[in-house]
Amino acid sequence: MRNRARYLIPLLVAGVVAAGCTGGGSTPPAPQGSGSASAPGAAAANPNSLPRNETLYMSGTQWGPPANFNPIREWDSATGTKGLAYETLFHFDPNAGKLIPWLAESGDWVDDKTYQVKLRSGVTWSDGKPFTSADVKYTFELGKMETIPYHNIWDFLTTVEAVDPQTVKFSFSKANYQQWSFNLYSRSIVPEHIWKDRSEQDVLDGVNENPVATGAYKYMSHDQDRVIWVKRDDWWGKTALRMDPKPKYIVDIVNSSNEVAMGLLLQKGLDLSNNFLPGAANLVKGNFGVSTFYPEPPYMLSANTAWLVPNTTKKPMDDPEFRKALAYSVDTKKIIEGVYGNLVKVSSPTGLLPQWDQYVDQSVVGQSGFTFDTAKAKKLLADAGYRDRDGDGLVENKDGSKINLKLIVPSGWTDWMESIRVIAASAKDAGINVTPDFPDFNALVEVRNSGKFDLLINNERGLSSTPWTYYDYIFQLPIRKVQNTVNFGRYENKEAWDLVHELDQVKADDVEGMKAVISKLQKIHLDEMPIIPLWYNGLWSQVSSSVWKNWPSSAPNAPKTAPVAWRNWMELGGFETIAQLQPANP
Amino acid sequence: MRHYFGRKLLIYGLTFFVAVTVNWMIPRFMPGDPVASMLARARVSQPEALEAMRAYYTNLFGLDEPLWRQYLNFWAALLQGDFGISVWVFPTPVATVILGAVPYTLGLMIPAVLLSWVVGNRLGAFAARRKLLDNTVLPVGYLLTATPYMWIAVILAWGLGVVAGIFPVAGGYGFSLRPTWSLEFIGSLLLHWALPFASLFLVALGGWAIGMRNMIIYELESDYSNYLAALGAPQRLIRRYAFRNAVLPQITGLALQLGVLVAGALVTEIVFSYPGLGSLILKAIQNQDFFLLQGTFLFIVLGVLIANFIIDIVYVVVDPRTRAGMAGAAA
Repeated sequence: MRNRARYLIPLLVAGVVAAGCTGGGSTPPAPQGSGSASAPGAAAANPNSLPRNETLYMSGTQWGPPANFNPIREWDSATGTKGLAYETLFHFDPNAGKLIPWLAESGDWVDDKTYQVKLRSGVTWSDGKPFTSADVKYTFELGKMETIPYHNIWDFLTTVEAVDPQTVKFSFSKANYQQWSFNLYSRSIVPEHIWKDRSEQDVLDGVNENPVATGAYKYMSHDQDRVIWVKRDDWWGKTALRMDPKPKYIVDIVNSSNEVAMGLLLQKGLDLSNNFLPGAANLVKGNFGVSTFYPEPPYMLSANTAWLVPNTTKKPMDDPEFRKALAYSVDTKKIIEGVYGNLVKVSSPTGLLPQWDQYVDQSVVGQSGFTFDTAKAKKLLADAGYRDRDGDGLVENKDGSKINLKLIVPSGWTDWMESIRVIAASAKDAGINVTPDFPDFNALVEVRNSGKFDLLINNERGLSSTPWTYYDYIFQLPIRKVQNTVNFGRYENKEAWDLVHELDQVKADDVEGMKAVISKLQKIHLDEMPIIPLWYNGLWSQVSSSVWKNWPSSAPNAPKTAPVAWRNWMELGGFETIAQLQPANP
Repeated sequence: MRHYFGRKLLIYGLTFFVAVTVNWMIPRFMPGDPVASMLARARVSQPEALEAMRAYYTNLFGLDEPLWRQYLNFWAALLQGDFGISVWVFPTPVATVILGAVPYTLGLMIPAVLLSWVVGNRLGAFAARRKLLDNTVLPVGYLLTATPYMWIAVILAWGLGVVAGIFPVAGGYGFSLRPTWSLEFIGSLLLHWALPFASLFLVALGGWAIGMRNMIIYELESDYSNYLAALGAPQRLIRRYAFRNAVLPQITGLALQLGVLVAGALVTEIVFSYPGLGSLILKAIQNQDFFLLQGTFLFIVLGVLIANFIIDIVYVVVDPRTRAGMAGAAA
């Protein structure tokens, strides 16, 4: 027996070792995440432990490991790729409602179909090479590739010409001024000298390790749950913009959940949280050292509008009268108070964000707007011929068939889930049978895009330089087999779509001209109700002033920029917010 | 001997084949389309650009081929160690994503499972003999086993993390650090490891202790113990035999535990935002990431098989009946 044991022990050891190898190594945890390798030289020069008083910690944008630093992939590149590293020609100031020259010194329409940009001189890429008009030309011409997200500008853009190193001339076949202004602050300019040899696949899918960019920060390192940016001492904006961001390092932390973000915030390990934290009001009121833009409801600025989208190809939602009745039936106030604890605001019937207030035509709203009014909803239904024939308190279709509408939001989006329970209940009070349902996100995307749903909540267009983006969302034609990002309700109105085109061709500084077209669009929207605006989602932002102060707030002397690092918001004030921060304990 | 292991290997091979096939099938029969959800994130509204991207990605992931071809391609790639590209963390290869997470999970689970087994068995064995210990270990053990991992994890995170501020509540190491072999980094690694480990360890501990206690009492009261006692054998010897017999079912239990290693850590990892395989699985499911999901499941399957294989070997050492069976088969 002893002998046999001795004979077996080596076997056991061998087995364990073999298991260790095949199993991927139970060896001591090597904490190098997925490719945390940075340039060896850079790593040697930088500290491995960031001093707290020089580091800004933020979170709320990145929901997965930072997988790429490719600014062409605007939707999933690591936070800061656009904004901290890559820059755009302009920024947009939502408060002033105008473009702020950034990489461009100025931009003008020299004639009806030509836009000329003067670039700043003295701007250098992080590898020391000068930034020139060739880079701008190259970047916009990338859009000629079919798979590039901004391919559509080439529908109306005909040529981009580098007149001299500091001048770029854009010529158009049709002047879509509104759309163009949106592109001016949305497209990251990439360096031609590095990118010019890249294939289409590389441009679209490349990881772009060690990004060479013009921005105030450059890439330092990343791991599965963070990306670290370090300040560039030779950033051009120091002199040209007189901005000198104080945080030497910016660490963007990957969200695993809002609860984790809350924990980090309470531990003062997070300076800026752009997560939706359900109890944010209590955080602000309690003594936790956490503050928001407003010290009172709604606490946050508004970022986008949540709409109830009816599928207008299905009965009875193909009837504008029915849609109107539905709009009247929703008790939005109950959602604001009960679900959000006053963190959000009731939207204007037009759905236009508060920043676009000047475009709301009050006479149209007075005439065709809606409010929560169950009695009015019932009356509208009765007038349109929807009656309760079997006495169950719920109306039937005109032909007598039962109405049973499913309202969907993604499972796990708890605030929306609660909201649609409220909507369903208040619709039932008005006699409309609406049932809340919570499919998995991907399943929802599938039915949403292919038009196989009844009702859903959506908010895919947010604040931008122009309400054009909003009306483009509501009315875009033609309807396709698969709708991506716009007009999920498949609403068809040629007249409205022509008006959207008309709006596009009003110059961005012609406010009166825009108002005239928008007023007509509002009338159609409110009479037809292709989408029903409900509330403004907040610009979720909770900040801690323990390390950095001078955060934007409603206080008289505080900055008023947007306190978010969300994707595409760096150009809408997010970067300016970071640049204004001051150390709390100098 | 050779016969015994040969048969085992054959069974393992078959299991592996079936598991991989099922693994390939499950995500493909889930609702939703990974390319569609990827495009939905891309927020492209222009139809031409969208169609071009759709065609491009469908082709890139090989989803435009007939199912049987996809299946064959899957095996071919797998045998070359290629797990494909992750949709969620596109364009990172799945193998890279998984290898980044594996050390965290193994570093968390192996010590938690093994230590709780050793300590739990010890505690249980002692408890069976000491009234005082029994009165404490038993109720505490029941309480611990009955507690869901998640619950203990949340209490630990809240109490020791947020309120007391001793331990961090998220991440694998401090957000101010970069991975190096410095003392500071290793300290941070341990600090972040402590709470998730504690939550797993505590819950598992109770189960092992109770199991062992009951087994020991049973063995001490069985006929062979009484017979030994009647022969006048010293109490120590009797207890040693009782322990050897009682530990066998515990070893089987350990095998099962090691098998579900990764799944066990899932909830804990999510609570502490610990960057291991558990968090990865959740994200892969949420993001319809076929390839990542397959990769992690494959890893789990391999883990289960390897753990079982080790236990098979251990059984040969500790259980004379297995050896007797082998000898019989060889004869």
